Amino acid sequence: MVARALRDAGMEVIYTGVHQTPEQVVETALQEDADAIGLSLLSGAHNYIFPRISELMKEKGLDDVLLFGGGIIPEADWPALRKVGVERVFPPGATLEEITTYVREAVPKKRGVEV
Amino acid sequence: MSVSRGEAKRLSKTPKQRWLEGVYGPATKRRPERKPRFSTISDDEIEPLYTADDIADLDPHRDLGLPGEFPYTRGVQPSMYRGRLWTMRQFAGFGSAEDSNERFHYLLSQGVTGLSVAFDMPTLMGRDSDDPLSRGEVGREGVAVDTLRDMEILFDRIPLDQVTTSMTINGPASIVWAMYLATAEKRGIAFDRLGGTIQNDALKEYIAQREWIVPVKPAMGLVVDTFRYGSRDVPRWNTISVSGYHIREAGATALQELAFTLIDGLEYVKWGVAAGLDPNDFVPHLSFFFDVHNDFFEEIAKFRAARRIWAREIERRYHPTNERALMLRTHAQTAGVSLTAQQPYNNVVRVTLQALAAVLGGTQSLHTNSLDETYALPTKEAVTLALRTQQLIAHESGVADTIDPLAGSYYLETLTRRMEEGFERYLGEIEGMGGMVEAVERGYPQREITEAAFHFQQQVEEGEKVIVGINKYATGEKTHVPTLEIDPEVERKQNARLQETRKTRDAGRWGESLEALRQAAKSGDELMPRFLEAARANASVGEQVQVLKGVFGEYHDPGYF
Ligand code: B12
Repeated sequence: MVARALRDAGMEVIYTGVHQTPEQVVETALQEDADAIGLSLLSGAHNYIFPRISELMKEKGLDDVLLFGGGIIPEADWPALRKVGVERVFPPGATLEEITTYVREAVPKKRGVEV
Repeated sequence: MSVSRGEAKRLSKTPKQRWLEGVYGPATKRRPERKPRFSTISDDEIEPLYTADDIADLDPHRDLGLPGEFPYTRGVQPSMYRGRLWTMRQFAGFGSAEDSNERFHYLLSQGVTGLSVAFDMPTLMGRDSDDPLSRGEVGREGVAVDTLRDMEILFDRIPLDQVTTSMTINGPASIVWAMYLATAEKRGIAFDRLGGTIQNDALKEYIAQREWIVPVKPAMGLVVDTFRYGSRDVPRWNTISVSGYHIREAGATALQELAFTLIDGLEYVKWGVAAGLDPNDFVPHLSFFFDVHNDFFEEIAKFRAARRIWAREIERRYHPTNERALMLRTHAQTAGVSLTAQQPYNNVVRVTLQALAAVLGGTQSLHTNSLDETYALPTKEAVTLALRTQQLIAHESGVADTIDPLAGSYYLETLTRRMEEGFERYLGEIEGMGGMVEAVERGYPQREITEAAFHFQQQVEEGEKVIVGINKYATGEKTHVPTLEIDPEVERKQNARLQETRKTRDAGRWGESLEALRQAAKSGDELMPRFLEAARANASVGEQVQVLKGVFGEYHDPGYF
């Protein structure tokens, strides 16, 4: 649904499908020259997956790619995620409007360019 | 007697039309209604009033029948809840087998009447706990089960011949069921005394839940294999729970949920019959699982329509002599997706209304969600309140004391009929593609659901559909709810146990059991006896799934959105 909203808002969305490993996600981002990686994590594995992705992003030089996400992620975990470079977490109840607006603004900021 | 033309026109109108034009119309012109259009949560338009005119062609004998009689609209059992209340079955499982066993005992002590196992993601995906892909997931969303050892601990001191157990697992369903059977065998309990259900509904994995393992067609073969084994060797077991729940939770409308689920059910029957099974033997072991969402009447209509459609379709296609083949028995779960993180105590009220609808719809079994649904797996306190909600409905509200109390309601019967008509449209569409397997391979139901989910979300964002505490009466306040913490040591301990089992098991018997499984899968022989032997030989879920993937291949997400 989030993917669909972003696409409808005129962005190019590569939906990797479900159950991807951190390695696969980062590889796709690299191949597709993505501006942002958005992850949906409802499984409770966010404290493992996000840090791992951010580590891999650093390794591959994807420092200017925006990392964000949403799902079932307790607020208590947000500060630690922010530290590893997850710039924003959208909890249940977030509107698609909020999400598209955020992506539209945050991506150019991250890249330091106008789009 | 002669009448003027105006008079004749007036007389040919039904009372409802007369009322709409003469009374309702002028009144609403003077004072407009709350909104320009009223519709169910599935966006099915609702009229201001339903009268006897709307159900003029309803034949109570033909369309409703009486409880326990064809077409079972009024219920599958003759005495319904007067005889026995629905089974109160709370979906549970987290952390280790020990943690979950303790929760099962607690739930039983509080009055649940059936168990329902939630497995963790690695188990659901057919991966062992020490698989690199399982990292961070072990025991998080359910209980981790790798080998027979875990199953034995999970059911420690549970009387398997007295309590029925439902196991929510699909791709590896046969493997896990075999572990349950092997546990009973070790305790000397005969298989014909075991009652329960495995979800085992492959089709809805591709449609909605996405816990697939092998491609669609071999997955159907695995399901049919359990039909054969179950109807012969474990006669009190439901070998499938054809599930609308996941379809609905992915954003489907009530009608899509109903239609896709029943068409899935018909597809399984078709495959069973094609494999040479007698519908009188295996169709009675098919059970169903529906969601109960917010729209009260639409949901009740869905349950009643489901029974009627199933009875008619099975009768029309197979003319079974075993009447039980015509009866749609179902479990229900309140809609998790309707619950909110904001103002979480509102969820208790939502769940109450949904549970009431399930009961008025005539469900055989029910899970009520907990108020902390959007935060984590439920705490003990939250699940107790959810169970009490069912007990209150059962014992205090009086709704369980007479059978199908809403039958004959103009509105409800109209909705029930409309569900049936909608089903027929979807059936035509999908049969036109060659059946559900083909439709799924083309992504048809997947796309229909995505479309509906998106439409609903837009209606919410435009304020057309109200969610209390989200787009109306929002306060921005944060309510603290206690949440369940999973012991971070679970993953390490589980891996240690698995490695211990790997070291101590009889390597010869283990290797032979997997080889026998591989041969049977290749040659199309019966698989359940092989899974059973693999369970006895302490083969893990992941090891057996690897064998299946080796023979049948893997399914990859086409990524519809
Ligand atoms: C619907 C649902 C399902 C459906 C999924 C259907 C589908 N195809 O979508 C079904 C029934 C299949 C299901 C199954 C399971 N579920 Co479930 N499910 C839910 C439920 C009720 C709602 C999730 C949802 O879709 N909400 C609607 C969407 C629109 O909201 P959302 O996903 O939260 O997304 C919003 C934000 O979070 C954010 N967001 C989310 N992702 C992203 C990504 C990006 C990039 C951005 C910007 C924003 C963003 O924006 C969205 C819009 O507001 C939640 C509980 C809840 N009410 O939240 C449990 C829940 C997530 N499920 C849970 C569990 C345990 C499971 C199972 C493992 C159960 C089991 N043991 O068998 C299985 C696993 C299935 C799987 N393959 O992963 C748990 C997870 C527990 C935890 N993390 O501690 C939850 C929290 C329920 C609970 N309390 O037990 N589930």
